[in-house]
Parts: sequence; C-alpha cells; structure tokens
Amino acid sequence: MADLTSNFIGIKSPNPFWLASAPPTDKEYNVRRAFEAGWGGVVWKTLGEAGPPVVNVNGPRYGAIHGADRRLLGLNNIELITDRPLEVNLREIKSVKRDYPDRAVVVSLMVPCEEDPWKKILPLVEETGADGVELNFGCPHGMAERGMGSAVGQVPEYIEMVTRWCKQFSRMPVIVKLTPNITDIRLPAEAAMRGGADAVSLINTINSITSVNLDLFAPEPMIDGVGAHGGYCGPAVKPIALNMVAEIKRNAATADLPVSGIGGVTTWRDAAEFIALGAGNVQVCTAAMTYGFDVVKEMISGLSQWMDEGGHESVASVVGRAIPNCRDWQDLNLNYVTKALIDQEACIKCGRCYAVCEDTSHQAIFNRIDGVRGFEVNDAECVACNLCVNVCPVEECITMVETPLGEVDPRTGEKVREYANWQTHPNNPGAVKAAE
Amino acid sequence: MLNTPTTPGIVAGRLPANILAENFSDLHPPLTAHEALVAADRCYFCYGAPCMEACPTTIDIPLFIRQIATGTPEAAARTIFSQNILGGMCARVCPTETLCEEVCVREVAEGKPVLIGQLQRYATDRLMAAGGHPFARATETGKSVAVVGAGPAGLSCAHRLAMKGHNVTIYDGRAKAGGLNEYGIAAYKSVDGFAQSEVEWLLSIGGITVETGKRLGDGLSLSGLKSGFDAAFLAIGLGGVNALSMDGVNAVDMIADLRQSADRTDLAVGRNVVVIGGGMTAVDAAVQSKLLGADNVTMAYRRDKAAMAASEFEQDLATSRGVRILYNAAPKLVDDGAITLARTETRDGKLLETGEVVELPADQVLWAIGQTLEGAPDGVAVEGGKIVVGDGGRTSVDGVWAGGDCAQGGDDLTVTAVAEGRDAAEDIHAKLA
Ligand SMILES: Cc1cc2nc3c(=O)[nH]c(=O)nc-3n(C[C@H](O)[C@H](O)[C@H](O)COP(=O)(O)OP(=O)(O)OC[C@H]3O[C@@H](n4cnc5c(N)ncnc54)[C@H](O)[C@@H]3O)c2cc1C
Ligand SMILES: Cc1cc2nc3c(=O)[nH]c(=O)nc-3n(C[C@H](O)[C@H](O)[C@H](O)COP(=O)(O)O)c2cc1C
Ligand code: SF4
Ligand code: SF4
Ligand code: SF4
Repeated sequence: MADLTSNFIGIKSPNPFWLASAPPTDKEYNVRRAFEAGWGGVVWKTLGEAGPPVVNVNGPRYGAIHGADRRLLGLNNIELITDRPLEVNLREIKSVKRDYPDRAVVVSLMVPCEEDPWKKILPLVEETGADGVELNFGCPHGMAERGMGSAVGQVPEYIEMVTRWCKQFSRMPVIVKLTPNITDIRLPAEAAMRGGADAVSLINTINSITSVNLDLFAPEPMIDGVGAHGGYCGPAVKPIALNMVAEIKRNAATADLPVSGIGGVTTWRDAAEFIALGAGNVQVCTAAMTYGFDVVKEMISGLSQWMDEGGHESVASVVGRAIPNCRDWQDLNLNYVTKALIDQEACIKCGRCYAVCEDTSHQAIFNRIDGVRGFEVNDAECVACNLCVNVCPVEECITMVETPLGEVDPRTGEKVREYANWQTHPNNPGAVKAAE
Repeated sequence: MLNTPTTPGIVAGRLPANILAENFSDLHPPLTAHEALVAADRCYFCYGAPCMEACPTTIDIPLFIRQIATGTPEAAARTIFSQNILGGMCARVCPTETLCEEVCVREVAEGKPVLIGQLQRYATDRLMAAGGHPFARATETGKSVAVVGAGPAGLSCAHRLAMKGHNVTIYDGRAKAGGLNEYGIAAYKSVDGFAQSEVEWLLSIGGITVETGKRLGDGLSLSGLKSGFDAAFLAIGLGGVNALSMDGVNAVDMIADLRQSADRTDLAVGRNVVVIGGGMTAVDAAVQSKLLGADNVTMAYRRDKAAMAASEFEQDLATSRGVRILYNAAPKLVDDGAITLARTETRDGKLLETGEVVELPADQVLWAIGQTLEGAPDGVAVEGGKIVVGDGGRTSVDGVWAGGDCAQGGDDLTVTAVAEGRDAAEDIHAKLA
C-alpha cells in the first residue's frame, strides 16, 4: 500500500487532502464531520479581527455553471470571511485540534493591512494549538473593497510586508494564499518568499459573473435586483490553477517554495496532477460543497491505487515529477510530425471530425470511403492540430500517430528531421545561427 | 361492475373504469424539462446526420435537439413544424425504431439511440401548449384547392397550401377530421384527444375549410372538384379491408370504435381473443384487447418472426402486455367458440402447411389482414392497389394530385403521408404560380 501520509512544511497529516478555507471549515461541527469522513486536514474558514464580525448577504451567495445533467462545473460566491465572533472560532479550533491531534489544522487570517491587527491576532491563534496560519490575500470580492484579501494579494510589496510581520510575531508556519487575479503569479510568490513565507497556496477564486438574468438584465446571483462580481471556483478553474502552480515551480527563484495546490480538485486524479506539478498537498472546497465530505474516500482510494500501480511509494516521491517536462513554446520540437488516424472499427460515423476539420481547420478529412459515408484522414493535409481528437465522441477512436524520423511527411513532401525548435528556425528573424 | 376478464363470451366492462384509464394512458409519458435536457445532451450534432436522412419528412434533427439543449424548445418546435406540421402526432406514433432512431449513431454504437421521438414530443408539446400558431399565411393568391381526405396527408397538404396563400377546402366522409390519427392509431399513443386538438391547432393558420360527412363518389365527383377548384389532392387512405373468409370482426373497425369510446367501459371484448395478422394493426388490436381486459389474447401470424411487419419493438410491446404471439399459424376454421390453425413452415421461399393443426378457444376473432384502396375516382390510374403518382404526387389526371396511403411510394405510415402531402402542396403551388 502506498504511503499517503503528508508532511507539508512540517505539518503532518494522514493524507494530502485538506479542506480549503471556506464554508466546509467554518465551524467545529463541520470540521469534526470532515475529520470523521477522512480528510487529512483543514484550513479553517478565514478569521477577521476581534469585535463585531462581518455580515453576509441574506440573499443568494452562490451562482453556478452546470452541465446538462446538472453536473456542477463552476461555482461563484460572494461570501465574505467568517461571520461568527472571533472568540467562538478560536474556542472551537482549540477543541477540535485537541481531539484530532493527527490532523492538520491551519487557521486562515485576514485583518487590515497594518502591523497592529496582525500582531494582536497571531498569539490568539497560536494559543489554540493550531498547526499554522494561512494568510488570505485572495478573496476577490467584498473584503477587497475594504483593502484586504486580493487588494493585498495584488501588491507584492504588501504581501512581503504582512508575511514578514507574521513570521516576526509568531513561531507558526506561514502559508500565503495567492489570488489568481493578477497578470504574473510569479511576482506575488516571490514577494511571499522574500517576506519569509514557509509556503504559498493557490489559487483563491477568480473574479467572475456567473450569468446574466436576461429578464431583469442583472448579473447572477442577484440580491434585490442587482449583483456584484464574485469569485469563481470548481472544476472549471483547474486548468488555470495548474498553470499557476507550474509557473511558480518552473521559476528558479521560487522552485523550492512549497506549494499547496488549490482550484477545482474534484477527484484523486486532479489531486495527482497538482502534485505532479509540484504541489506538496492539495486543498479542496467546491467538490466538498457539491458532494459532501465523503468524496475524500474516493480521493484517498484513487490516489493510493494510482501510486501502487505506478510503483510510487510516497506522495513526496511524485511531487514535481512533471515539472521538467513543462517548457516554453520555443523549446518545442518543430520537427516532430504526427498524423491523425481514425480507427474504423471504433468510428461511429457521426461526422463531427469532418465538420470541424472542413469548416474550421485544414480540410484534412474525407467524408466518403469508396463512395459511402465514412471518415478518413488525408495525411497530405493533416497538420496534426488534434481538434478532431478533441471533438470525437468516442474515446481513443482518433489517435495521433508519429511519423518516424526519416520518413516523408506527405503534407510537406519532406523527410522528418532531427529535433529543432523555433530558436534555430530559419523563419525566426532572431534565430541563433549555428556556427558554420 | 359484474364482469371480469374470465366472464365467458364477448362482454363489456371486464375491468373497472379506473384500471381502463390507467391501461390506456400514455405509452411513453412526456419527458420532464430536466429529462429532456439530459436526453438532448446525448446528441452529437452529427454532420450530414443519418437520423435526418432516415426521417421521411427530413426534419433537421440535430438542430432541433440542440435548440432544446440550449433552453429554446419553442425554436426546436418551429424547426420540426417547418418540415412536418404533424410533428406532434409523428412524435407519438412514428416507429422511430425503424426510422430516425434506428440509424442514430448512438444506436449503432451503443444500442441506445438519442430519444429523438420523445424529444420531438417535448418540443412540439411546449409550442402547442403556448397557444397561437407558428406560421402566418402569405398574401392570398385567389386560387383554391380541394383536398379529399382529412388524414395526415390531406391535412399536411392543406396546411402548406394555406401557408402559400391558397384557399383550401377539405372534404372527408367521416364525422371527424384526422383520418387514422382519429380512428386508427392505438389509443395509448395519442391520449387526451390529441388528434382533434392537433387538427384544430393546424387549422388555426386560417384559409382552410373542413367539410366532414362529404364523400367523393357520394354527391361529390372529381369532375365537380376539377371545375370548382384550381387543383385537387386525393388523400383518401386505404378505406377498404380485405374480405374475410371466416367469422369475425375487422380489427380496424374494432379499433375505430375503441378510439371513439369515451371511457371504454362500454366496449365488448372476448374472454379468449385471437388476432389474425402480423402488422402494426394486428399488434394494436391484440394489445388493446388485452388492455380492455380479455383473459387470453393470441396473435396468430402465418409466417415466421423475421417476416413479421410489426417491428421488434412492437412485438415486444405486445408480449410485455401479455399477448401471446403464435408464429407459423394460418387460420383454417372458426367455429363454435374456437379457431383451428394450420402450422406452417417456409421451404424454398414457399409457405407450406406442415399438417399439424392447433385449436384455440376463441370467442372473438379479429382480422388484421390489410387495408385496401376504396373509392378511387374513375379515370385516375391505379396500379397494384395504389393510385399511380409521379414526381410531386401528380396523378394520371391533369390538375389532380394524390398522396398518403392511397398513393404509390413510401411506407404506409403517418409520417410518410405528411411528407407526401407537403411535397404535393409544393408541386401544386409551383403549378398554380
Ligand atoms: C390500426 C392502425 C394503426 C396504425 N398505427 C400507426 C402508427 O402507430 N404509426 C404510424 O406511423 N402509422 C400507423 N398506421 C398507419 C397510418 O395511420 C397511415 O399510414 C396514415 O394515417 C395514412 O394517412 P392518409 O392521410 O394517407 O390516410 P388516412 O389517415 O387513412 O386518412 C384518409 C381520410 O380520407 C377519408 N376518406 C376516405 N375515402 C373518402 C372519400 N371517398 N371521400 C371523402 N373522404 C374519404 C377518410 O375518412 C379518412 O379520414 C396505422 C394504421 C392503422 C390502420
Ligand atoms: C463560498 C466560498 C467561500 C470561500 N471563502 C474563502 C475564505 O474565507 N477564505 C479563503 O481563503 N478562501 C475562500 N474561498 C476560496 C476557496 O478556499 C478555494 O481557494 C477556491 O474555492 C478554489 O478551490 P475549489 O475549486 O476546490 O473550490 C471560498 C470559496 C467559496 C466557494
Ligand atoms: S489533426 Fe487537425 S488537421 Fe489533422 S485531421 Fe484532425 S482536425 Fe484535421
Ligand atoms: S468524430 Fe470520431 S466517431 Fe465521429 S466520424 Fe469522426 S472519427 Fe468517427
Ligand atoms: S444520429 Fe443521433 S446523435 Fe447524430 S444527430 Fe441524429 S440524433 Fe443526434
């Protein structure tokens, strides 16, 4: 059996699946149930300053994008940080951590961007016995209007400053949670590192309007006839999150900075993908908010089966394994040639590949074979764009077959040559000329 | 109620009214909005879609399904009606398993077609329930056309002509319009008086007058129509039946009575019913006898299963309702509450009796051995029991068109009749222009 235990910046948990700071971790009742279901850790719902807590809207907080069978593909929310008093949360955190010493309990924090509030709250958290703190520099709505959340996360200098305070006023590990609502994720990650962060976690939610009510001409979710943008999460955001994790891991300055991967983790496979791109663990919110806490059982069994099958002994042994293969476009082999090949046995003759190739690509598919309805690739036109593969409803029906070195590509009439990329390509005005 | 399924003889009221109502409810209950979205999502939006080619009215199936999937079933219905104005009835009665759904790529691949018929019903129901009519008439042309027969072929032709601005008068010998939609189709395929409400809805385009109780050949003549109108379309269906050589009732008559009964408690049915035939009419008669409360219903067909005209789906429907199907059994004698059948086999393509006989108790024998053309006007060429037609449904007589069951070409199906009516209308319109 593969070893799923996780040691993330010194915080131990029986598996790498943590619940992200969000409604699932907003109170003791939930967190206890989560731990009973098997979650390895939680990041408690973000706490604010002492005193009167924030208030949430009393109308709908969520909006969603669905597939045809109401499968939830993307979730949008306009919820703020916890709306329960600080003392209550702290008391509950202490009680849960006492009863579940083997689970990770990290506390998410968001207080005004001044030294004093941070200085005040950190000892209170430390006193609960929590394993660490996560600085919420990501919440993109509501709190950002008050100069917190993503308003801090969008300014690297602020990230660095607050992180430094936290390291200064506390002995706890500090995770900085990043907002994706920026142009280059490497800059806030570098800032966190300069401030002394033990790790970064990403992504928080993406600015979004889920949909527009076309009768009332207002964005959804609507509160009393109007709406505000929210934060987008769930399966739809995974590709964006994966790329941001990879960007940080590929960046020499931050390559060694531990990352907690968040954003659309719904199955064990999603988790494995984040881990392969360098995440030391993953955090989950929407999947739990869609299916309840028991989804973690599938995540645990799936990850462990995959690790067993691949001979991966520990989670640590697969962290970052895909990073060496994440490259820039200019490094890609322009002499690598493939051709789409349709498996005639598997083909159900829907003609989708033909429609898209004919209308929007390279006119490389025939729609008649010996005069009858049938679909076949014309190698002399196929540029191997992969569109037909993506639209074909039958899995594995169209595959990309490599044209071996030395063989003629019927499209260009030239033999397939050795590796060469854009950097040396004759059409590239800035090409590096090989020495004569 | 005193009678039960086992009461001897041919009696009414074998089942209480509430059970009868349940038995004759919708064969396929309508899809809910969510079911429709899920079903629609299965469509691949095929290029040159095979389903569309298999539809006799060539409805743009991938388009209308996509319109359902995107939350616009009314637009889907317009796509359907623009090709097939009786798309509502066709959604209920088409043997989709031998038409569009048979060639759906998902049937071929997985044995589970996209539910085209049920999706079609979903869309058309929505639009019809919303009220109003989706099409407007063109400017009146001042031309008039006579249509004989208010079945699917006649109605479809009349609607298309009215749309083009012509004035149409439909004559039908029966008391109600609709043809076999009203008098023939199995009751559980067209519930809640759908046939009549569909006719009403179709006529709401305007420009069409329906005169029921008027028969061609009985006060109305073709020459009269030719002189009174600019064109005539014959859509008289197959009104006759093959003559019976033994005792019993015509299945189509039994079905017509059944369709006209309000609650079916007044319909007499045998305890032991034997239906002779292997087509859709035989299945309908057998199943409906069972649903009326007959104790034993046997369908006897003289050839084997493969030769049966009723589709596999129809045969399964019959057996699932408790009908026993006896293949290779030809009727010899009906006598004294029993029927004697000779067992047959096919050798070298010839149907032969094996010498073996079976005798079944039979209080009631229903004959479903085919309908025939009756009342084709003199002078119109008939061949092989059907009115001879060329392109666009032109008959041998100038100015006279024909379509539907009474005319050559196509299967005898509602949807084929609709297609032929529509195409004849287009041809008539072209000729009148
Ligand atoms: C029992 C039964 C069940 C069937 N089930 C199905 C099914 O499930 N699905 C399917 O697709 N098809 C089914 N069919 C076939 C389908 O009903 C016919 O193909 C279709 O109705 C043909 O349409 P039509 O307009 O040509 O003729 P009809 O529907 O027969 O209409 C002809 C009309 O002409 C009128 N008429 C006849 N002679 C004259 C005259 N001399 N003067 C004036 N009016 C006249 C008749 O009263 C009738 O209203 C079934 C048929 C039967 C008999
Ligand atoms: C309703 C809701 C409330 C959230 N509240 C917080 C929060 O208080 N603090 C925080 O750091 N992130 C918050 N998030 C963001 C999530 O922790 C997480 O980063 C994001 O949802 C992406 O992960 P997912 O795709 O698994 O949901 C919230 C998300 C949702 C849906
Ligand atoms: S890979 Fe692209 S170009 Fe080649 S057949 Fe497929 S769609 Fe056409
Ligand atoms: S998309 Fe796939 S299944 Fe459809 S015709 Fe093309 S190869 Fe065949
Ligand atoms: S064949 Fe089936 S999948 Fe293809 S367009 Fe028709 S209904 Fe859709």
